[in-house]
Amino acid sequence: MTATPAIEGWFTTGPEPVLLGSRCLACGNVSFPREQEFCCNPACRGEDFEGVQLSRRGRVWSCTDAQYQPPPPYVPATDPYEPFALAAVELPEGIVVLGQLAAGFGVRDVSVGSEVELVVERLYTDETGDRTVWKWRPSASSEERTSDRGRSQAQPLIGGEQ
Amino acid sequence: MSGDVAVAGVGMHPWGKWGHSFVRYGVAAARAALEDAGVAWADVDLVVGGETVRNGYAGYVAGSTFAQALGWNGARVATSYAACATGAQALDTARSRILAGQCEVALVVGADTTPKGFLAPNAGERWDDPDWLRFRLIGMTNPGYFALYARRRMDLYGATQEDFAAVKVKNARHGLNNPYARYRKEVTAEDVLNSAIVSDPLHLLDICATSDGGAAVVLTSTDYARRRGLAEPVRVRAISTVTPTFPQTVLDMPLFSTDSTAAVPAPERTFKESLADAAYEEAGLGPEDVDVAEVYDLSTALELDWIEDIGLCKRGEAEALLRAGETTIGGRIPVNPSGGLACFGEAVPAQALAQVCELTWQLRGQADGRQVEGARVGITANQGLFGHGSSVILSR
Repeated sequence: MTATPAIEGWFTTGPEPVLLGSRCLACGNVSFPREQEFCCNPACRGEDFEGVQLSRRGRVWSCTDAQYQPPPPYVPATDPYEPFALAAVELPEGIVVLGQLAAGFGVRDVSVGSEVELVVERLYTDETGDRTVWKWRPSASSEERTSDRGRSQAQPLIGGEQ
Repeated sequence: MSGDVAVAGVGMHPWGKWGHSFVRYGVAAARAALEDAGVAWADVDLVVGGETVRNGYAGYVAGSTFAQALGWNGARVATSYAACATGAQALDTARSRILAGQCEVALVVGADTTPKGFLAPNAGERWDDPDWLRFRLIGMTNPGYFALYARRRMDLYGATQEDFAAVKVKNARHGLNNPYARYRKEVTAEDVLNSAIVSDPLHLLDICATSDGGAAVVLTSTDYARRRGLAEPVRVRAISTVTPTFPQTVLDMPLFSTDSTAAVPAPERTFKESLADAAYEEAGLGPEDVDVAEVYDLSTALELDWIEDIGLCKRGEAEALLRAGETTIGGRIPVNPSGGLACFGEAVPAQALAQVCELTWQLRGQADGRQVEGARVGITANQGLFGHGSSVILSR
């Protein structure tokens, strides 16, 4: 069975996958997904873009999970449903990208500011085979993982802003 | 000419799961608002409807649907859609027409029927629609976004799940005395914390439901109000429905990526901060003038974000305000005396109007059993998909 991206042209596959964004040739603004029509910078009228590979590593802006199966058009990966985690990740390009966490990782494996890297994994399987999507995998070693927050008070990060 | 517009009447149909058409709720609310105003339907010269997207074509042209249901009277008509800010955008349309001298008496109505469970996109494949893709490629639901914001409060400011539960407890107590609320029952922190986690860290009871509901507001020119002998009516001082400023750096429902700061640095204010800021500026008021607030508590934690977004305290301090009882009725700055979405559930096109109804009752001293004493200035705040949000300031 072959594995193909669930959507074409949004990310590379292989051992060091990256997200494929675009850069406006006029003002340098970066977009993901790729901008194809009009530069979204209000000060720019650019309509020409070049493809860029976004950084593979970023820091968690926040995270959560999906304890209940999302409604269609989400396609469940397994039957019965298994919860998965998600992270919004800030990349050095100044852009935050949402994605599931890699299989086997949950909210206790990341925290605001922790480092993750891009991977490509199975999203669901259809008649053509496995369909893949970008996900985030924690870079931290198991010793550095966030302790169980449970109901205890979390330690705030210094200088955090919304 | 005064920049103000009078709120002559407000009315609501109780929120719930009644199984009726949205038109029925809208007409009930409209008639209640007209009666409250002492204004005949025949005198209304502008009808503005808040659109519902889940009720077929009649919902898309809600203004005329309500006008027809009330009986065609030749009034001007408009329909607005702005996701959760729909009601405020509809109100803004009405207010602008009055201020422009094009009409004197505007009836603004929003009503909805809402399905149970996760809000989902309409059927069909739409590979260029971010609201479709976020489900298909990521499995990101609306509560998922609320949970991201909640988790940030925990990691950045030391908020706890108990803090979030306390918001529900407070709002549930407020809603006990609101005859229009769907849920009128005391809730304990244990109830919240024992309910199932939907999207970590949010429990089921942290997240608002969806409901049927209808709300209506009658706006008039201040001249008309004076001629009709309406003594000291509540006045609309500001309506803000601004869009974000580029780059929008806070991940915003239903998108799965933000703008980038590669070419342009982040603006001074976040989108949500800018909503209230624009309203304060228009009204010539500040957070220090606010006596009562109705904010969009899609989740408990989001109420805490809003308190900071509208400037009632510094970033990161909302939990302290809550713990000190300041945001409870009787405290320094009560938030969601209506009981909020926690007690109503969301009826999208009606909700922003419901916020205005509550503040109107508060400012008139008519909020029996949940009155904020001496309230003279109230502010609403809400936000919806795709760059929609609103803030309305009322005073008396």
